[in-house]
Amino acid sequence: METLVSIRGLTVDFDLGHRVVRVLHGVDLTIGRGQAVGLVGESGSGKSVTWLAALGLLGPRAHVGGSVTLGGEPLLGVPVRRLEAVRGRRIAMIFQDPASALNPVHRIGRQLGEALRLHRGLEGQAARAEARRLLDRVGIADAGRRLDDYPHQLSGGMNQRVMIAMALAGEPDMLVADEPTTALDATIQAQILDLLRELRRDGGMSMVLISHDLGVVAENSDRIAVMYAGRIVEEAPTADLFANPRHPYTSGLLAALPDLEGPRRRLVAIPGTVPDPAHLPPGCAFAPRCPQAIDACIRAVPPLEHVGSDHRAACIRVQTAVAA
Amino acid sequence: MLRYLSTRLVRALLTICFVVTFAFVILRLSGDPALLILSPDAPPEAIEAFRKSWGLDRPLWEQYFHYFAAIAEGNLGRSMRDGRPALDLVLERVPATLALTIPALILKIGIGIPAGIYAALNRNKLADRLTMLFSVAGFTVPSFVLGLVLVLIFAVNLGWLPSGGSDSWVHGILPIITLGTAGAAVLARFTRSAMLEVLGQPYIRTASAKGLAWRRVVVDHALPNAAIPTVTIVGFMVGSLVAGAVVVESVFSWPGVGRLLVVAVANRDLAVVQTILLFVALTMVCANLTVDMLYGWIDPRLRTRRVAGAG
Repeated sequence: METLVSIRGLTVDFDLGHRVVRVLHGVDLTIGRGQAVGLVGESGSGKSVTWLAALGLLGPRAHVGGSVTLGGEPLLGVPVRRLEAVRGRRIAMIFQDPASALNPVHRIGRQLGEALRLHRGLEGQAARAEARRLLDRVGIADAGRRLDDYPHQLSGGMNQRVMIAMALAGEPDMLVADEPTTALDATIQAQILDLLRELRRDGGMSMVLISHDLGVVAENSDRIAVMYAGRIVEEAPTADLFANPRHPYTSGLLAALPDLEGPRRRLVAIPGTVPDPAHLPPGCAFAPRCPQAIDACIRAVPPLEHVGSDHRAACIRVQTAVAA
Repeated sequence: MLRYLSTRLVRALLTICFVVTFAFVILRLSGDPALLILSPDAPPEAIEAFRKSWGLDRPLWEQYFHYFAAIAEGNLGRSMRDGRPALDLVLERVPATLALTIPALILKIGIGIPAGIYAALNRNKLADRLTMLFSVAGFTVPSFVLGLVLVLIFAVNLGWLPSGGSDSWVHGILPIITLGTAGAAVLARFTRSAMLEVLGQPYIRTASAKGLAWRRVVVDHALPNAAIPTVTIVGFMVGSLVAGAVVVESVFSWPGVGRLLVVAVANRDLAVVQTILLFVALTMVCANLTVDMLYGWIDPRLRTRRVAGAG
């Protein structure tokens, strides 16, 4: 498969003034053209930061290292004009809380029109007609009238559809959906995920679906990468990851997920919480919460290595088992 | 919309009544105009006659009633000092005050808002810190101190500008700068924090993620939202156009409403003080009403809530 985006050794440090905190510790990730990748982990694991860093959206307090390429062209350290040409046009992004992600003082039509003018050079009636078509496309009824509405006049699900329409305006190669359904009701959540799947199928667009919920990404991803405390700890094709999780953290996430079939069982939560990035434990960051931790786990950070032909995990217990 | 307006109007009228009543009561309890205007050594018969002629011998509630009845007829009373209608005295001073406060307001807005935006866009950099340093200095120094310092430098030492009076527009320069400085400082701080608040909102990130250039993000997406809180402060400044220069007019001997107020209060010239306070309340209330209307225009969320409330 042709590589669309390649992330190598991506690091992010936040300058808090009195000290610098590293929140991303060298992330490697490859997204193929037309591929859908799920990025899973608890809040604060670095899922969103990875993509905000790739698009240069983290602001001046963040120092980004490593490399990100899009179709072979570098994205890090390039002039901001280059990045502006990528944002929305090649890689579009939608966010968690659609109500606050849209500008409250501008009409929907204007916010859509802005993207259409920028990426497709459409103005006036042509832009309005295309905006209307896009709203139709994402399943908003009465699209023509909705163009004149303000975001607060729409429901959360509709606002997320507007966000998606706005992302489609640039006909991007890839859509990064950052927790697109977290702020929405369960039924609306399913509708939005259906819409994303349908768009991907029709348009051949690559997609990165960021979620803290393995259940959300399961049906919408070809591959899944699991993140913990600023690192990818396991990465595999979706079916393989579900059938054969290797990292104890992935197993923990799966155990916390209810089965749709099979006998009822008690759901198991992972004990403890995600560590503060400024005070990471020594060695493997998951070790203090890990039921299988041994002394060696706190000595060194385990690298992400192959534990199968197309399956990587960062756990020394799994790696020693594979080697043996 | 109509109901919204009418409740606002009723509230505005109540505010004005309250101010007028408050002024009326406090003035009559805080000193006897007869003793101040005629001097305490005046013969008791003269003082008695003065009180009788101005109606001060009657019970307070009766005076109050008469006062309101007179206002309803458009009669704001006469000055006890020279017998001229209070309204005339005040109105002839208004242009002089506005000649200071309007240019000062332009100065406040013209410097304060751009400085605040500039500081917010350069947060924590040297430019931001310098701007905020000037801003803190600008509104912590009392205007009479700043006025005197400016006089010392530009009038006494350099001799470039007059130290007081109102003979020409040149006389207005120092008082306008004095008045404008504190307001510009307040506005700069306020605009900065409003901008920082807005720049941290998710829709700003959306606008950037869309591919808009940063300048367009700031102009099209941040400024309209930051305008909402800033309008409140500007409205307050507009509201104090008539009475906002009391101290500065005294320092620079500028013959405006502020100096008239100081003299009238000192003499307990009741009708004049009350007329000025009525003017102040009126401008403040009008400014507030305008701000309320502007909110609806700037912020669509309020507009529809209002329609929903009225329907």
